[in-house]
Amino acid sequence: MHVHGELWTLKEFFVLPNEYIYWSVQIVMYPFMTGLVAGAFVLSSLYHVFGIKQLKDMARFALVFSFALLPVAMVPLQMHLQQPQRGIEVFMTPHFTSAIAAFGIVFSTYGAIVASEIWFVYRKYIVEMALSLRKKMDKTLSEKVLHLVYTVLTLGAYDISEEALHKDEKAVKVLAGIGIPVACFLHGYAGFIFGSVKANALWMTPLMPVIFIMSAVVSGIALCILTYTITMEIKKFRATRSKSSYALYQSKEEIKGVELHEIRMTSKYLVFFMIFAISLELLDLIFRGYTAVKTWDILRSVIYGRDFTDIFVLQYGVGNLLPFILFLIPGLTVRRSAVASILVLFGVFMMRWNVVIGGQSFSLTFDGYMHYVMPIIPTSIETFKEGLGGVLTVAALPFILFWILSKIFPVFGFEKTAH
Amino acid sequence: MITRRQFLANTAKGLAGLALPAAAFEIIDPKKLFADKGGKPGLRWAFLVDTYKCVGCGLCVKACKIENEVPYDAKVSRTWVERYVITKDGKLHADSPMAARDGFTTSKIDLGDRGFEDIKAEDITKAFFVPKLCNQCEKPPCAQVCPVGATYQTEDGVVLVDRTWCIGCGYCIMACPYGVRFFHPVYHVAEKCTFCYHRIKKGLKTACVGACPFGARMIGNIKDPDDPVTKIIRTQRVGVLKSEYGTEPQVYYIGLDEEVR
Repeated sequence: MHVHGELWTLKEFFVLPNEYIYWSVQIVMYPFMTGLVAGAFVLSSLYHVFGIKQLKDMARFALVFSFALLPVAMVPLQMHLQQPQRGIEVFMTPHFTSAIAAFGIVFSTYGAIVASEIWFVYRKYIVEMALSLRKKMDKTLSEKVLHLVYTVLTLGAYDISEEALHKDEKAVKVLAGIGIPVACFLHGYAGFIFGSVKANALWMTPLMPVIFIMSAVVSGIALCILTYTITMEIKKFRATRSKSSYALYQSKEEIKGVELHEIRMTSKYLVFFMIFAISLELLDLIFRGYTAVKTWDILRSVIYGRDFTDIFVLQYGVGNLLPFILFLIPGLTVRRSAVASILVLFGVFMMRWNVVIGGQSFSLTFDGYMHYVMPIIPTSIETFKEGLGGVLTVAALPFILFWILSKIFPVFGFEKTAH
Repeated sequence: MITRRQFLANTAKGLAGLALPAAAFEIIDPKKLFADKGGKPGLRWAFLVDTYKCVGCGLCVKACKIENEVPYDAKVSRTWVERYVITKDGKLHADSPMAARDGFTTSKIDLGDRGFEDIKAEDITKAFFVPKLCNQCEKPPCAQVCPVGATYQTEDGVVLVDRTWCIGCGYCIMACPYGVRFFHPVYHVAEKCTFCYHRIKKGLKTACVGACPFGARMIGNIKDPDDPVTKIIRTQRVGVLKSEYGTEPQVYYIGLDEEVR
């Protein structure tokens, strides 16, 4: 009979009988996904709150993408529960001395803010679509469905006068403003879940929430750059293929210009947040080494020994330093920024991995080690969920959701197509 | 119409009321009141381990697994015994193979996936056994972090898990500095030592206490000054594990070595 964790945990030296890697790759995915949610939202708010005009196109995109990522942030948690059917109890019967208990409140508050912000941003479009579809005779099935969706989404508010739209803009600004601290809270709080575990020598630091927020923003921006580039490339491809007939209002050259400009602007913010994130992580590391309390012996052997490749080569080298250089070399191209963004995403993923898995890679005895062997080929539901299969499922979900959402809320140039 | 006299009188009364500090009111806990009035000493379970008496036979682990229906061959256990061997070079060698369910049948140290380490008898400076179980902390971090309150502390100090309510998130397992928690292989919820709550409630001893042939394990009521366990804790030199975490563990050890983890 297998115990939970036994299938992927290797134990070395003095490890207590009940110790296993209980929080596996799904718990790496959880902060990674919430980080993307928070980061994408912060990026969109840069435009809405601080009026950084250069980010206009990216802002709308990031907002919808953040909404698509939101439900997915919950999936890894649900997948790792031993009793997933009771997961709802965290919302229904929260036990407030637990850091996890606030999840329901923080998560739904944030969800409500993003949903209402999207509604205000797209209200004009929704009303126009609902009205034009209503007028249309003999609708196809998909048009009938869309008509219903848009009619419901108007929530009965059809006023799109200049004055009303002005109020919408104001609402968006307020919501984006409230959204920034809430997004930071959503993710900082994920950091708190780890940072407050006093039994874990690696996790327990008050810096954890701040480190999590900074790397969240970094990963969110990187993902937006990447997805934006892919979407624009598809648009460019369509524009060249269809020439003038297929009603795309922009030429290839125009798209190219907009794309490069947006990406250069966004990558500046990415580099800025990256500097913050790395400084905090290094501060934590230096502080631990300098104070060298009782647990430092085992931590040092993990950080500089067993996990050296994961931390210094993959996370800091490939995931931080390399993209940092790529972004800073003058004359940034779309292709270079895409490669750098992929590396940044990988680096942040490795950071989550090194925290979550690294924190469990030594025993409570401080005299033994555990090694997580991620299940690649699933042999049971358990090894699927807590292995590569589960990771790929979680990673693919936001893109599927984004694709569906973008059918209803087009992310680029909708002002022109709506008429 | 309010007169000046009335106004002054009311103001004085109001000020007097405000001046009464909130601390003057004591919130009375009905349970506490009941216990005080009853004249009986309160009840708080505590455990005492005499490490000098433990020989590492593992009968306690066996008894626990059977009593509490933790699958016999599963590599988890509510209680276990650790072996500590310190050699002349000052190195510590420790293990707990299969939670010491079958005792320590070989002198080789179990290094998990690293195999076994043979230690020569003449190199050993000291060696001893340490039984472990849930510390039933006064301030249990496991109960603090449970997001749904499925883990809770009873009035008499024992921390229990509601198997019908646990969502199986594992946060409590992470929060326990003693590694006493695990997922039950059959019920798939958090599992831990309960001091055999179903037995001690009926006046019986825990399964491990009953199974120990050497009297290394004892359980008692720390609020009762006449309890033999309480007498030892009060009069002899005892220690607890990992007090630095502020959990106030209630398993006391006689002969605790600084090498014990």
